[in-house]
Amino acid sequence: MTRNRLSLGRLLEVGAAWLLALLWIAPLLYAFWAAFHPAAYVTRFDLFAPLTLENFVVAWGYAPFGRYFLNTFLLVTLILAGQFFFCTLAGYAFARFEFPGRDLLFALTLLQLFILPEVLIVENYRIMAGLGLIDTIIGIGLPYMASAFGIFLLRQAFKQVPRELEEAARVEGCGFLGVLLRVYVPVARPVYLAYGLVSVSTHWNNFLWPLVVTNSVETRPLTVGLAIFGAPESGVNWAVISAATLMVIAPLLVAFLLFQRQFVQSFMTAGIK
Amino acid sequence: MPRLKSSTLYGWLLFAPAGVMLTLFAFTPTVATFWQSFFSRGTARRPSRFIGLDNYEAMIADPVFWQVAKNSLWYAIGTIPTSIAIALGMALWVNSKLPARTLVRMAYFTPTILPMIAAANIWLFFYTPDIGLLDQLGRALGLGGHNWLGSPSTALLAIIVTTIWKEAGFFMIFYLAALQTIPPELKDAATIEGASRWIWFRRVVFPLLMPTTLFVLVNAMINSVKLIDHLFILTKGGPNNASKLLLYYVYETAFSYFDQPYAATLTVVILVVLGVLAVLQVRGLDKRIHYR
Repeated sequence: MTRNRLSLGRLLEVGAAWLLALLWIAPLLYAFWAAFHPAAYVTRFDLFAPLTLENFVVAWGYAPFGRYFLNTFLLVTLILAGQFFFCTLAGYAFARFEFPGRDLLFALTLLQLFILPEVLIVENYRIMAGLGLIDTIIGIGLPYMASAFGIFLLRQAFKQVPRELEEAARVEGCGFLGVLLRVYVPVARPVYLAYGLVSVSTHWNNFLWPLVVTNSVETRPLTVGLAIFGAPESGVNWAVISAATLMVIAPLLVAFLLFQRQFVQSFMTAGIK
Repeated sequence: MPRLKSSTLYGWLLFAPAGVMLTLFAFTPTVATFWQSFFSRGTARRPSRFIGLDNYEAMIADPVFWQVAKNSLWYAIGTIPTSIAIALGMALWVNSKLPARTLVRMAYFTPTILPMIAAANIWLFFYTPDIGLLDQLGRALGLGGHNWLGSPSTALLAIIVTTIWKEAGFFMIFYLAALQTIPPELKDAATIEGASRWIWFRRVVFPLLMPTTLFVLVNAMINSVKLIDHLFILTKGGPNNASKLLLYYVYETAFSYFDQPYAATLTVVILVVLGVLAVLQVRGLDKRIHYR
C-alpha cells in the first residue's frame, strides 16, 4: 500500500514537475495576455482588465497577413507533395531493389541529414538565381523536397512489408509501380501521417532560407512576414506584436491541441526510426 | 539473369528523381562551397579570380571570426547538456504516475511546434530593459534593472536560455519513446530486489537510454549550428558581436556585405564540423540499420 501514499518526496517531485510545466508554458500564456488586452495592460496584470480584439484588427491591417497565410499554405503543401513523391520512389528503390552503387548512394543520401539546406544558403542562392527561381515559392521549397529523412523513414517502413504481400499482388498482374501503390504505400500510411505532421510543422516554422530567397509580399511566408513586422524599427507596440505572433502560430497550435496524441506520436515515430 | 538486370534498371529509375534533386541542392552546393572559397570577391570592375588559400588566411586573421567561433562553442556548451538533462527529467516525470500528466506533457512540448521567430518575439519582451518582465520581476525582488540583450556579458546567455526552452520538449519526446520500450517486468524485478528509485535509474534506465542519449546528442549538436532564427529578432548578433553565431555570420557576410567567397569560406568551417559529426553518427546509425 506504500505505492498509493504520497510521500513528501513524491509531493515535492510533483510540485517541481508542475512548476517546470508552468515555466515552460508561461511565455505563451503571457502572449495571450498581451494580445487580448489593451496596450496599457501589457505589464499590468489586473484580473479585471478589459478584454479586446482590437490588437488583432490593428495587426491584420498593418501587414498583408492574408497573403502571408496563403504563401505559407502553398509552401507547406508544395513541399509535402514533393517530399511524398521523391521520398516514396527513392525509399522504394533502397528498400526493395538490388542495384550496383546502392549502398554508396544511400550513404550519400544520408549525408543530407547533416549537411542541411540551411547551411548551404550561399551556394543554394546562386543555384536558385541560375534557375531563375529567386523570389518564388517553388524556389523556397525545392531544396527540401528530396529529404534524406523522408527517404530513410520510408525505406525502413517499406522494408517491413512482408514479401508475400508483394508476391500476391504480382500474381494478380501488378507491375513494379502497381505494387508500390497498391501494397507498399497503404501499409506505410502511419509513417506518411507521422512524416507529414513533422514536415508541415517544420516548414510552417522555417525562417532562414525563406528569408534569403524571398523579397516580395507575393512570396514571403508567415515567419518572414512576422520578423519584418515585429522589428523594433517598425514601431509597433507589444500588444499588437503579440496579436500578430498568435495569429501566425494559431493554425499549428489549434491543430496541436486538437490532435495532441497524433502529434506526439508522430514526432516519436519519426524519431525512433 | 534477366531478373537481376530489370532490378538494376528499376532501382536506378526510382532513385533518379530524388538523385537529381539531391545533386542539384545538396551535393553540388556542398562541392561548390569549397570551390568558391578559393576565389576572390568579384566587383563590377574586377571579376572574381582564383586566389588559392587567401580567404582562409583572411579568416584566420579576422578577429570577428574568432569571436564568432568562440560564441558558437559557448552556445553549444550552454545549450546541449542543459537541454538534454531537462529533456530527460521531463520524460521521466511525464512517464511516471503524475497528476494532470497530459497537461504537463502538453506544456513541455508546446514550444517545439512554435516558430522560433514567434518565440523570439515573446522572449524579446521578457528581456527588454525596465518595462520587460524580467526587470519587473527583478524590481519586485529589489534587484536593479539590467539590459539583458544590450550588454555583451548577458546577450549570449539570453540567447542560450531561449534555445533551451525551445529544444527541451522536443528532445523529451525521444526519451519518452525510449522509456516506453523498457519492459515493466524489469521494474518489478528491481522492486523485488529492493532497489531504490535512484539505483533503478542509475543502473537500469540510464544505460538503456544510452542510444537515445547519443541520438539526441547528435541532434542537439546539429541544432546548435543551425538554430539561429532568434538572433534576427533578439540581438542581430550584437552588441559588438557578443552573441553572433557562425551561421548568422555566414548570412550576414553573404547577404549584407555581399562577400560570397568569404561566406563560402566560413561555410566550409561549418561543413567540416558537420562532416565529423556525420562520420561519428553514420557509424552508429549503420549498426541500427543492420540490426533490422
